[in-house]
Amino acid sequence: MAAGAALITFDKVWKSYGQGEAKVHALAGVDLAIRRGEFVAIMGPSGSGKSTAMNIIGCLDTPTAGTYSFMGIDAGRLDRNRRAMLRNLYVGFVFQGYNLLARTTAAENVELPLIYRGVAARDRRDLAMQALSQVGLVGREHHTPAELSGGQQQRVAIARAIVTRPTLLVADEPTGNLDTARTHEIMELLTQLNTELGLTIAMVTHEADVAGYAERTIRFLDGHVASDSMKLETA
Amino acid sequence: MIWETVRLSLRSIRRNVLRSFLTLLGIVIGVAAVIAMLTIGSGTTEKVKADISKLGSNLLVVRSGRPAGPGGPGGLDQVVRPLAEKDLAALVAHLTGARAISPASQKQVRVIFGTESLTSGVTGTDSAYLDARDWKLVSGRPFSDSETRSGTGVCLIGETVRQQFFGAGDPEGEFIRVNRTSCKIIGLLEPKGYTGFGQDQDNVVLMPLHAYQRRIAGNRDIDNIYIAADDRTPTSELQPRVEDILRDIRRVTPDRESDFAIRDMTQIADAMASATTTMTGMLGAVAGVSLLVGGIGIMNIMLVSVTERTREIGIRLAIGAHEKHILIQFLVEATVLSLLGGIIGILIGLALAGLAAVTLTIPFAPSPAVILLAVGFSALIGMVFGFFPALRGARLDPIDALRHE
Repeated sequence: MAAGAALITFDKVWKSYGQGEAKVHALAGVDLAIRRGEFVAIMGPSGSGKSTAMNIIGCLDTPTAGTYSFMGIDAGRLDRNRRAMLRNLYVGFVFQGYNLLARTTAAENVELPLIYRGVAARDRRDLAMQALSQVGLVGREHHTPAELSGGQQQRVAIARAIVTRPTLLVADEPTGNLDTARTHEIMELLTQLNTELGLTIAMVTHEADVAGYAERTIRFLDGHVASDSMKLETA
Repeated sequence: MIWETVRLSLRSIRRNVLRSFLTLLGIVIGVAAVIAMLTIGSGTTEKVKADISKLGSNLLVVRSGRPAGPGGPGGLDQVVRPLAEKDLAALVAHLTGARAISPASQKQVRVIFGTESLTSGVTGTDSAYLDARDWKLVSGRPFSDSETRSGTGVCLIGETVRQQFFGAGDPEGEFIRVNRTSCKIIGLLEPKGYTGFGQDQDNVVLMPLHAYQRRIAGNRDIDNIYIAADDRTPTSELQPRVEDILRDIRRVTPDRESDFAIRDMTQIADAMASATTTMTGMLGAVAGVSLLVGGIGIMNIMLVSVTERTREIGIRLAIGAHEKHILIQFLVEATVLSLLGGIIGILIGLALAGLAAVTLTIPFAPSPAVILLAVGFSALIGMVFGFFPALRGARLDPIDALRHE
């Protein structure tokens, strides 16, 4: 995979909570760069700062100090609505618990980000169908989450994430609720999206074999990057 | 986008049918009460106005006794001097601006035809009476001047009397017994129906004043003088003229109160209508309080809804919804909810008013303005009481919201 220019840069990023004695630093001066087209796994024990880093990467959160730039934009200093716009245009999210809207069909779930983009109803339907076929869910578009298996629900969530043709996919333990076989399928799907669409993927996981699908693994510990290693390609 | 949101909110209302219904109940009851009150109220007002105009429009009624005051007309401290024919003659001779002036003396008297009998309001009057009271004849003819003068035994009967004695038959030329005297029916009066006080205006017999005085009353008194103003003269202008003429002819000295009373039917109509309107308004205001309670119910349920759907809000925010999208979503939901309540309330209110109209025999008078106002008001309640919960949802932090269980 040819790595492009830096998509994401952390420049001495701090994220602190609380005041005075009780002050906790979730991130303590992190420097980090992720290039376009990379598939990065982010690991670390709980409290290491990996989730905070992911929230900042996904433009859901902003650093207390330092600079977070996304596509060359100083995203850490944008207001709520501008970050919402950034997320809508360039970021797709996949969560551990799928986070689909209950009692809403797969197609409608996938259409959701397009609504906030102001896409016309007919185009929305077409794009949603396309995304659902990309994740292999043709024929399930009228099923509600309750009628789908965990693996299928996560596929719907991935379809929702890619329907806007994002630059970055942020995945937070995407296989945390799935068995080994389903995990393998989902990871294959993500790898495929990374190679075929050139989608940049940042994925939090605590399972080494899941991280193994990524080409690069960043480990967090106590608010610092403890290690940053490229996978040794055997092929 | 808005249509999308309306559809979305309808779906979320449908998902919690029972809860939505209970929430709506406050608004439904409030709007139904307001609509029913105002519709029944305006029906009553119309009825009262119609009743009073049945008495004759632009009508002054003179009767003996002091003007209405504490103790009512003709208080005990004063011997009532009845109206007499010279009073009537003075008015006919001197009053300008009147279309018709007519005397009337009344009494409830047993009327008999064959073996049938009926207690009827018998009135002694003259041929101007029909004009003064805006009353027409269905058939026959009014009293001639000579019949009035000589007090011939002729009479005009109302619809109720005709039905009682003649069924569908023609009463003209028949003789009925009124008290101990006999009189010939020469005409049939147009039906007027009941007054708002339940008095049958068609159970009447009219006869020449002199005939009435001689054969029934046994005196030469006149109970009332009816004066109908002409089209150019308002009754308020006519009234002081009547008063001047009567004070003069009855020799009431300037230092004394008049010993007769003049009632302006137009004023009475207005006063009664405005009293009904005030009552309606007050009842409407009380009903409005339940709208406020309904609004608080909506606010409560919307807060619950926002809390329940925190995760959904988190998802929406994460995938790019702006604060305003969330705000609009919940605001529309609250508005749709309360509008739905409003519409159900209007239907129930109109049904109640319709039922009341039938039972109370008042006109069913739904006002489009009131209905429109109710629609607007219930939508407004949704917006006002939905705003705070919606804002609370919109201001959620997406990270916290996503973590919410």
